[in-house]
Amino acid sequence: MCGIVGLHLRDPDLEPRLGDLLTTMLGEMTDRGSDSAGVAVYGNPDWTPAGSATVTVLADGVDALTLSSRVGTHLGCEVRGRELGATVLLSAGTGTGPEALASAVRAAVPEAVLVGLGSELAVLKGVGLPLDLAAGFGLPGASGWQGVGHTRMATESAVTPAGSHPFSVGPDQCIVHNGSFSNHASVRRELARRDIHCDTLNDTEVAARFVAAQIALGAGIDQALAEMAGVLDGFYTLLVSTAEEFAVFRDPIACKPAVIAETDRYVAMASEYRAMAHLPGIDEAHLYEPEPGRVYHWHR
Amino acid sequence: MPEQAYAPEDLTPDGYARTTPSQVIDVRETGLRETNRILQESDGTGRYLLTEPRGAHALAVGLDHPDEIVIDGPTGYYTAGMNDGAHVTVNGNVGVGVAENMMSGTVRVTGSASQSAGATAHGGLLVISGDAGARCGISMKGVDIVVGGSIGHMSCFMGQAGRLVVLGDAGDALGDSLYEVHIYVRGRVESLGADCVEKEMRPEHHTELGELLDRAGVTGVTTGEFRRYGSARTLYSFDVDNASAY
Repeated sequence: MCGIVGLHLRDPDLEPRLGDLLTTMLGEMTDRGSDSAGVAVYGNPDWTPAGSATVTVLADGVDALTLSSRVGTHLGCEVRGRELGATVLLSAGTGTGPEALASAVRAAVPEAVLVGLGSELAVLKGVGLPLDLAAGFGLPGASGWQGVGHTRMATESAVTPAGSHPFSVGPDQCIVHNGSFSNHASVRRELARRDIHCDTLNDTEVAARFVAAQIALGAGIDQALAEMAGVLDGFYTLLVSTAEEFAVFRDPIACKPAVIAETDRYVAMASEYRAMAHLPGIDEAHLYEPEPGRVYHWHR
Repeated sequence: MPEQAYAPEDLTPDGYARTTPSQVIDVRETGLRETNRILQESDGTGRYLLTEPRGAHALAVGLDHPDEIVIDGPTGYYTAGMNDGAHVTVNGNVGVGVAENMMSGTVRVTGSASQSAGATAHGGLLVISGDAGARCGISMKGVDIVVGGSIGHMSCFMGQAGRLVVLGDAGDALGDSLYEVHIYVRGRVESLGADCVEKEMRPEHHTELGELLDRAGVTGVTTGEFRRYGSARTLYSFDVDNASAY
C-alpha cells in the first residue's frame, strides 16, 4: 500500500491554501498507510525564509535550541532552530548555502539524521496517524507553491521517523514512493562503493540517492528516472519534486495506482481520486492515469 | 428482467434528471455502509440517485435485485462489484475493479475506468464510455465489456468467456493466455499477448458485434471497422516443447 499526494500550484492565489489542501489530501490517504507520514512544502516563507538555507533534522532527544547553538557555533553565524513534531528545522541566513549548513550539522551533531536540505524546501515527517502529524507540523496553516505528502504502510524497513517519506537527499529534491524495490540492498552497496551512503535501510532512500547522484552529474529528471528504472528493480509509483519541477513516474507493469488532475490553477497527483475530490475546480479538471514507464513532468 | 434498464438517450451525464428517483442518497452524509445497506435491502423496484460519492470505494456492491442506481460523480475502487442484476450508471470516472465479478445486470460508466475493469466477471454488461486502464477484463468469465475509448496493457489476460469490444486502441499484450473470449478492436493493437491471434470476421461475428454495440447504445460505427482477436488454443494443455517456458 502507501499513499502519495502532491500539489503543484500554477495560480499564486491558491498559495495561502496549499497546506490546508494538502492536509485533506494526506488525511484521505490514511487508509493506504497509517504507520507514519510526511510532507514536503516548497516556498513557505515561515519555514524557509527567502534568502536563507534550511535543513530538516531528526535528532532524537536534542532540542532545537541546543541543535541551533551547536551548529551556529560550528559555522560561526546565527542558526535558527524550530521544532515541528519530531523534526527540527534549522535555518541560516545569507552566505551559508544548504550544502554548507548540512555539512555543519553532520560535523556538529553527528548523531542527527539529516532528512532534508534546500533553500525553498521544508521536509517534515514522523510516526503516527497522518492527520495527527499534520496538525503537529502546523501544516493546515502553511502556505507555499508546491507540496508533496506520503502515508506509509511499511514493508521494507522499520517504522521510524527516518524511515518515513519524503526522502530528500539533494538540495530542494524530494521523492515519495508507493511500492517497493527488490534489489535495493545490492544497489545500496554499489552506491557505497561510489562513496554515496544511506542513513536508513529503506528502499526508497536508495532510489532518492541514485536520482540525486544523477542530477548532481547534470541529468534532468527524465534522464535521472530513466537511469533509475534501468538499475532499480521493483514496482513503484514515484512522485519526484525539485525547486523547478514536479514529476510522476510509474514502472512499466504499473500495478501501483496514480491519478493526475490538471487545471489552469494546479497540477495534482494522488494514489486515488478521493484524495483530490475536495480540490477547487476538480469537476472541470483534466483527470487521467499516467501511462506505465513514462515520465510526466511539469516546470514551474 | 430487461437487460438494459436505461434507453441510451437517458445515459448522458444529466440522464438521471429525466428519470424520477424514488430515493436520493447523499453518500457523504449517509455513509458508505448505510448507503450499501439501503441498496442491498431494496426490493428490486427502486430508482436511486446517489450524490456526493467523492471517490468512495466499494459503492453499490453486492446488489442482487434489478434496481436502477445512478451515481452522480466519480467513484473509487470496486464500484458495483459482484453485481447480480442491478443496473448501475456512474456519471463520472471509476477507480480500480469496476463491476469486478459481476454476475448479471448492467454497469455503465460515462467517464473513464482505472485498472482491472470487469475483472473475473461472469455475466452482465459493462459499458465504459471513456478509456479503461490496464488489465481491462482480466480473467473475464462471461461478461460483455464495451469500451468507447482505449484500453491499457495486459487487457483480457486469461480471458475465459464473454466478449470484449474496444472502439479505440488496445495496449501491449492484448489477450495473453486467452481462452475463449471474443475480442473486437476498432483501433490499433500495440501488441498481442501469448497465444492471442487475429481471426477472420465471419458473418456471425458481425451479427454478434452489432448486437453488442446496440445493447451498449453505441451509434455511428459499423462492424466492418473492427478486427477480431481470439485464442490460437496452443496453450490449452501442456506440451513438452513448451517446457522451457514454464
